[in-house]
Amino acid sequence: MKILVCISHVPDTTSKINFTDGDSKFDTNGVNFVINPNDEFGLTRAMWFKEKQGASVDVVNVGGPETEPTLRKALAIGADNAIRVDTIATDGFQVAKQLAKVAKEGDYDLIIAGRESIDYNGGMVPGMLAAILDANFVNNCISLEIDGEKAKAIREIDGGKETLTASLPLVIGGQKGLVEESDLKIPNMRGIMQARKKPLNVVAAEEVTPQTQAVKFEKPAPKGDVKLVDSDNLDELIDLLHNEAKAI
Amino acid sequence: MSVLVYTETEDGKFKKAAFEVASYAKEVAGSDEVVAVSFNATDTSELGQYGVSKVLNIQNDKLSKFNAKAYADALKQAVEKEGSKMVVVSQSANSKYLAPLLAVHLNAGYASNVMATPESTDPFTVKRSAFTNKAFNFTKITTDIKIVGLSQNAFGLKETQGEATPEDFSPELQEDDFSVNVESVDKAKDKVTIADAEIVVSGGRGLKGPENWGMIEEMADILGAATACSKPVSDMGWRPHSEHVGQTGKPVASNLYIAVGISGAIQHLAGINAAKTKVVINNDPEAPFFKAADYGVVGDAFEIVPKLNEKLKEFKEKNA
Repeated sequence: MKILVCISHVPDTTSKINFTDGDSKFDTNGVNFVINPNDEFGLTRAMWFKEKQGASVDVVNVGGPETEPTLRKALAIGADNAIRVDTIATDGFQVAKQLAKVAKEGDYDLIIAGRESIDYNGGMVPGMLAAILDANFVNNCISLEIDGEKAKAIREIDGGKETLTASLPLVIGGQKGLVEESDLKIPNMRGIMQARKKPLNVVAAEEVTPQTQAVKFEKPAPKGDVKLVDSDNLDELIDLLHNEAKAI
Repeated sequence: MSVLVYTETEDGKFKKAAFEVASYAKEVAGSDEVVAVSFNATDTSELGQYGVSKVLNIQNDKLSKFNAKAYADALKQAVEKEGSKMVVVSQSANSKYLAPLLAVHLNAGYASNVMATPESTDPFTVKRSAFTNKAFNFTKITTDIKIVGLSQNAFGLKETQGEATPEDFSPELQEDDFSVNVESVDKAKDKVTIADAEIVVSGGRGLKGPENWGMIEEMADILGAATACSKPVSDMGWRPHSEHVGQTGKPVASNLYIAVGISGAIQHLAGINAAKTKVVINNDPEAPFFKAADYGVVGDAFEIVPKLNEKLKEFKEKNA
């Protein structure tokens, strides 16, 4: 089984979110970048398929040279090869098109992406990729088993879950649940040393016209101070929620 | 021209999200018509109150369970039949699942997590939330057909006088549309889901153990709220994973979010930031949640919550 894991290079959760160039660009100054958490769950599940079912695992990112440390980290976790499509990611469609080209050329059986990146929160790349490839697709995937050509997946739905079956090739929009947080792998020294020698192929991007364009960013208005209510005066809380916030 | 909306149903009845996308579409459509597409809805007339003038209600037993590929194919055929240039969907798990498929089939640009009516229609620019609610992002859609994914509670409901005329519509479905097979659906009945809830009551590690969730469930019962929990609580197996809210869990965009015994880790706050009013009950006045909340009570949850429940009950009886 050939697996491709799509890796998004995102600012870590604790990063300060600021914008530059007249609020048109994310300010990367002093920001620490990591593997997108939703992708990391998928990568760890892919490692399980490698260990237990002899799968090969490639990782891919669409981005400039600055994203290579994130791909190296994925190699240190255990991926076999890394591919970087050399272009600036502009929108979900453009990224999906680039990934589709890599996926077609590599003839992968299973493609795992995260349900969304934690920066732009587009949540569209996995589905678009599946539609472009005409492959089966399961979003919000919290469990995945592969038996030969057959996949059994569990999808989180609003208020519960759903069990799905499909044949390969399959694209997954993964998230926590694919593996538990405690199963996430931290690269060890041996992995980091090996990752330096593993192939990281830079491939040229396809010409794609984006469909959307992020033109401007804005930070939410600063929040007012919390109103504290004395624990002996809970009627006041109910009054505030009813008359001021109109929430109950 | 028309604006097409995907109006979701649950057991044949429209969800609140359906009325919200219809209200939004009516506002944006101006003098154009709003056409709704629904699957196996029992009564479509209600949509008229939210600005829909025509409903393509697809009656097909094969579509009794949600199936992203088949639903996307049916919606695509509806858009082509109506010549719609704009499609509005909610941001429920199902709509988020099918929207990217529909976008590719229609060669349409798709903006998700949209917070408001377009900033401008030429160019077509919408405000969406990004960086897990830590920023807004103005996105221009440059394609001929545009898909808007409207965030829950972002626009609200807007009632109008009108009639929704039902029209039979039978899209041609292919065998391949069902290549992902839904084997079983496991869903708690009669329970408000986090995605649909107006109010979410959430518990954290401060509750000390799963046996203490009775008072959280009681509050949820009184308020007609959904129950939720913080990440450590779901990691320790005190509560099911489906209740975990936060960056890697479910997002919350309810009107009211009540956090009991949750300190407010940055990942948790990121996931609940879109809730309109936030209340925290915590014995540690230094807990970061107090900086994110609108209202706070410092004290022991085991004393405060039962007292608050009694008072909420009285309030509900008086205001019923």
